[in-house]
Amino acid sequence: MSTATIAGTAVELNDEGFFVDPTQWTRDIAIELAAADGIVSLTDQHWQVIDFMRKEYFEKGTGPTVRVLGKTSGVSVKDLYQLFPKGPAKMAARIAGIPKPKGCI
Amino acid sequence: MTQRIVILGGGTGGTLVANRLHRHYHRADRDVTITVIDQDNHHLYQPGLLFVPFGLAHRQEIVRPRHEQLHKDVEFIECGIDQVNRERDIVVLADGREIAYDLLVIATGSRLALDETEGLDGPGWNEKVFTFYDLPGATALEAALADFDGGRLVVNVVDMPIKCPVAPLEFCFLADWYFTERGIRDKVEITYVTPLDGAFTKPVASEALASLLEEKGVRLVTEFNTGEVDGAGGRLIGYDGREVPFDLAVVIPLHSGAEYVGRSEGLGDELNFVPTNKSTLQSLAKQNIFAIGDATNVPASKAGSVTHFEGEVLVDNIVRFLEGRDLCSTFDGHANCFIETGFGKALLIDFNYETEPLPGHFPSRVGMPLLKESRMNHLGKLMFQWFYWHALLQGRNMPGIGADMPEHGKQHPNTAPEEALV
Repeated sequence: MSTATIAGTAVELNDEGFFVDPTQWTRDIAIELAAADGIVSLTDQHWQVIDFMRKEYFEKGTGPTVRVLGKTSGVSVKDLYQLFPKGPAKMAARIAGIPKPKGCI
Repeated sequence: MTQRIVILGGGTGGTLVANRLHRHYHRADRDVTITVIDQDNHHLYQPGLLFVPFGLAHRQEIVRPRHEQLHKDVEFIECGIDQVNRERDIVVLADGREIAYDLLVIATGSRLALDETEGLDGPGWNEKVFTFYDLPGATALEAALADFDGGRLVVNVVDMPIKCPVAPLEFCFLADWYFTERGIRDKVEITYVTPLDGAFTKPVASEALASLLEEKGVRLVTEFNTGEVDGAGGRLIGYDGREVPFDLAVVIPLHSGAEYVGRSEGLGDELNFVPTNKSTLQSLAKQNIFAIGDATNVPASKAGSVTHFEGEVLVDNIVRFLEGRDLCSTFDGHANCFIETGFGKALLIDFNYETEPLPGHFPSRVGMPLLKESRMNHLGKLMFQWFYWHALLQGRNMPGIGADMPEHGKQHPNTAPEEALV
C-alpha cells in the first residue's frame, strides 16, 4: 500500500494501483488517472461506464466483470474495449477509484 | 400442518440437501414433504468429465439415475421447469403443472452459454473446437485427441465464473502426460489462454500453478477476453484484437444459471444466477427461497466441495426458518479441491472467502500436503468418487472435515514455517 497525491488529493493505493478507499475518489482524480493511462479526454460514454462501476461497487461490494459490464452498463463489450483498451474491467475500475473487480474466483 | 419443501435440481446440492433434510425430519418425526424436481434422470459425477477425453473415465462409471441417489421417501418429479412464481409460492412445470411450496431450494447449478461467444458453436464445433464441460463434449473430445498427431492445442477459458476453476489447468497437465505417453509430446504445442492476469485467481496458488505450467512446457496467455472463436480459420480472437491460432481448441464457455431463472420475475441476476446471502444462503428474492451450489452468486468457487460444505449450513437454516427462528448458521466460503497434475500425482488446495489457498498440510499439520504435488493426493482424488456416491450425496460428512475451513496446518505468507505449524 502507498499514498499518492492525485489532482491535489492524497489517496491510498494498493500495490496494483487500485483505490483502497473508494470514497477518496473525485472526478478530477479520474481525469488525471485516465490521462496517465493514455485517455486524453473522458467522453460521456467513459463517464457512463465510470459512474456505473461506482454504483455497482457501492451496491454489491465489487465492480462488475467485462461480461456483466457489457450486459448491464448500456455499452457493448466491443465498445468497452474501444473506450478502455487495456481491458475495461480493470482499467475502468482503476480510473473509477474502486478495488479490482473480484468476479473471478 | 404438513410443510412442503421443494428442491429444484437433483444434482450434487439438491440431492445432498434432500437427503440431509429427510434424515433430520425423520428423526424429529415432523410432518414435512420433500420433493426434488429435475428435467432428466441422469446424475452426472461432474469431476469425472476431466478424465473422459483421456480415456480414463467412461459414461457408465460417472452417470447414475437421480432418483436412486435420493432416499425413497423423497418424491422425485422428472420434468422441465417453466418458472418460479415467488408471489404465489409455486413452481410452474414445463407441462403446465403447478407445484406449491412453503420453502423452495434452488439447486439447478449452471449451464454452458455457448451463444454468448460469437462463432463458438459455429463451423468446426465438435470437429476442431470442443468443450469437456459436458458429457457429449468430453466424449467427442476423446476421439479427437486420439486422432491428434501433433500441432497447436489451445485450452481457453472464455470468462469467469466457471465450474471447478482448476479443471482447465488440470486438462493442460493431463494433456502433457497424455501426449508424453503417446510419444508425441514434442510435436504438440499446448497453450493455456485465460481472462485472468495469472494462472489462477489467488496469488500464492497462482504462482505455484504458473510454475507447474512452465515445468510442463505449457505456454500461458493472460488477460485474454475471447470475443470470437473462428473454428474454420482455427483462431481465437480477443476483444482487444489479439489472436491465438490453434489446430485443436478446448473451450470452457461462459457459464450462466438455469434458463427458468431468467423467466422467473425477480429471481436471478443478469446471468441468471440467484443473488444469495453468502453466509446464510437465503436468496435475496424472497425469505422462503434458499439457494445452494453453482446456482447462487456467492463469491465462492463453483465446485462440489463448496456445495457439500454449504449443505450443512443450508439445512440448519431451513429447519430454523420453518420453525420461525432466526437464521444463525453461517457459511465461510470453504472450498477444497484436488488438482490432477498428471503422471499419477495431484495437488490439494483448501481455502475460504477470506483465506487464499496456502501451502502446509490438510486437515492438520499431520495430513495431506497442500499446494504440493504428491501421489497421495492423486489417490485421494480417485477415492473421492466412491465417497461422492456413497457418503456425500447421502448428506454425510467426511470424517474429521467440517463445513468450516481448518486453520491448523496452513502456512501463511510472511510467517516463519515453525510458527505456522503450531
